[in-house]
Amino acid sequence: MTAILDILEQDSHATPDRIAALTGLPEDVVRQQIDEWEKSGVICRYKTVIDWERAGFEPVHAFIDVSVAPERGSGFDEVAARISRFPEVRSVFLISGGHDLRVIVRGADMKQVANFVSERLATLERVTGTQTHFLLKRYKEDGDVFFEVEADHRLMVTP
Amino acid sequence: MKPLNKVVVETPPSGIRRFFDVASRMQNVVSLGVGEPDFATPWRIRESAIYALERGYTTYTSNAGLLTLRKAIVQNIEDRYGVSYDPETECIVTVGVSEGLDIAVRALLNPGDEVIYHEPSYVSYDPTIRFAGGAAIAVQTTAADGFRVSAAALEAAVTPRTKALFLSSPCNPTGAVQQRGDLEAIVEVAVRNDLYLIVDEVYDRLTYQGVHTCMASIPGARSRTILLNGFSKAYAMTGWRLGYVCAPSEVTEQMLKIHQYTMLCAPHVAQYAAIEALQNGEADVRGMVTDYDRRRRFFVRGLEAMGLRCHAPDGAFYAFPSIASTGMTAEAFAEELLQEERVAVVPGTAFGAGGEGHVRCSYATSLAQLDEALRRIRSFLGRRNLLPGESDGRPAEVQP
Ligand SMILES: Cc1ncc(COP(=O)(O)O)c(C=O)c1O
Repeated sequence: MTAILDILEQDSHATPDRIAALTGLPEDVVRQQIDEWEKSGVICRYKTVIDWERAGFEPVHAFIDVSVAPERGSGFDEVAARISRFPEVRSVFLISGGHDLRVIVRGADMKQVANFVSERLATLERVTGTQTHFLLKRYKEDGDVFFEVEADHRLMVTP
Repeated sequence: MKPLNKVVVETPPSGIRRFFDVASRMQNVVSLGVGEPDFATPWRIRESAIYALERGYTTYTSNAGLLTLRKAIVQNIEDRYGVSYDPETECIVTVGVSEGLDIAVRALLNPGDEVIYHEPSYVSYDPTIRFAGGAAIAVQTTAADGFRVSAAALEAAVTPRTKALFLSSPCNPTGAVQQRGDLEAIVEVAVRNDLYLIVDEVYDRLTYQGVHTCMASIPGARSRTILLNGFSKAYAMTGWRLGYVCAPSEVTEQMLKIHQYTMLCAPHVAQYAAIEALQNGEADVRGMVTDYDRRRRFFVRGLEAMGLRCHAPDGAFYAFPSIASTGMTAEAFAEELLQEERVAVVPGTAFGAGGEGHVRCSYATSLAQLDEALRRIRSFLGRRNLLPGESDGRPAEVQP
């Protein structure tokens, strides 16, 4: 059954019919299973991987490491949730190491991101420090490679 | 000038060659004609080869190959099939299964000795046996039997000159995987007639349905088996030219002499890569096997849906559908499909006369390409009114 998830993760367009052909499972079983997962939240939503740069846009991304004074009772959760609510924040992780949270922010330009950090993030109660790293070039993200992959070098017909 | 070697001169060029020449001159071809993985060698393996180059491992190795590699090879066979070999005396690292086969038959055969093999099968068996001075005796397998080799058919071909039985499983081009029971009966034939068993198990890891049985693991077989395998298919390493042979030391001792004088050793860097493959490549193999299996189901179902009957190909990465329903010969089908739709398949006859009525389609290509190939084959058949009617156009119930 995880084969279904595996295939959908690669290609959210894969139809139950196609998944059935690929796995050998009956189509109605596939359909029913996907339904169940959509309801139970195993499948959160379907999305598309876009190379925005190739599409002519150049959004700015920054990785911001945030130091937080944890709260009694809720630890980092409260602050993390507050940060997560900003729409420009793409990801928020609690991490080990020198800082506590790693936040990924997307903005139209550097100024927008910088403003967000200095005015919104750094000023949050319990945030004790930030360190911002601007993304310079994206090579691979979530398993997708963003540079030219090698062509098929095989001969046309071989034994 | 004096005539060249008679056996070689009389050997026709491979039937695959012609299709290669035609297809290579065309644009926009979807090729199902490629007998090798579409994956590049897993990066961790390539990366260790780069490291080996940086460290300057650019010399000859010992004739039999790096001992670390031979140890890893026999360990792998032991873990997988429960057969043990001595890495010092019973294992030789070769330049692919191709060289392994060559030195095996050269070590075994005296002029005129016969080797019985099965067809349709990989194009090199017959010539390699004949180049070694032997006679290659083909036994036909059929779609009706799922292209399985029967012990009785092999035994019927045994003569006083027979030296060895040759078996290939999983089989290129049929995808057939020999069943344990059949292999046991074949071992009995070998014992009864005192024959060697030469086995090409290069596709062993690419078995999707049932399990691969290593010939040497069958009781009574090990002492007469020459086991050929390699890295080309399982690890997507065709271009590295690396394989191995495991056999009793009386045989490897003779094979090693040929290897030593004609090849010296297998490529050093490739041997380093192979160590990494065996030690850390398992997850990569599994990933590729999962992928092939999905494409296999998808593609076979697609062929069946347009009325091209396909016995279930349990291993390797080929579908070998029957095109008998079209009334065309395999050659004509492949030729016209290439000209009209730019889809390259290989006529079954390239793998022996018994391949007539079939074409080999490699599904070691991307799903998008398989989709496109199916679309084009459908249009090819449609133009000839060869698609099943709406009433019986349901997807076939046969599952791979
Ligand atoms: C059945 C079979 N045996 C052997 C080979 C050659 O293997 P290698 O690359 O190890 O020489 C091939 C290659 O296509 C094959 O299909």
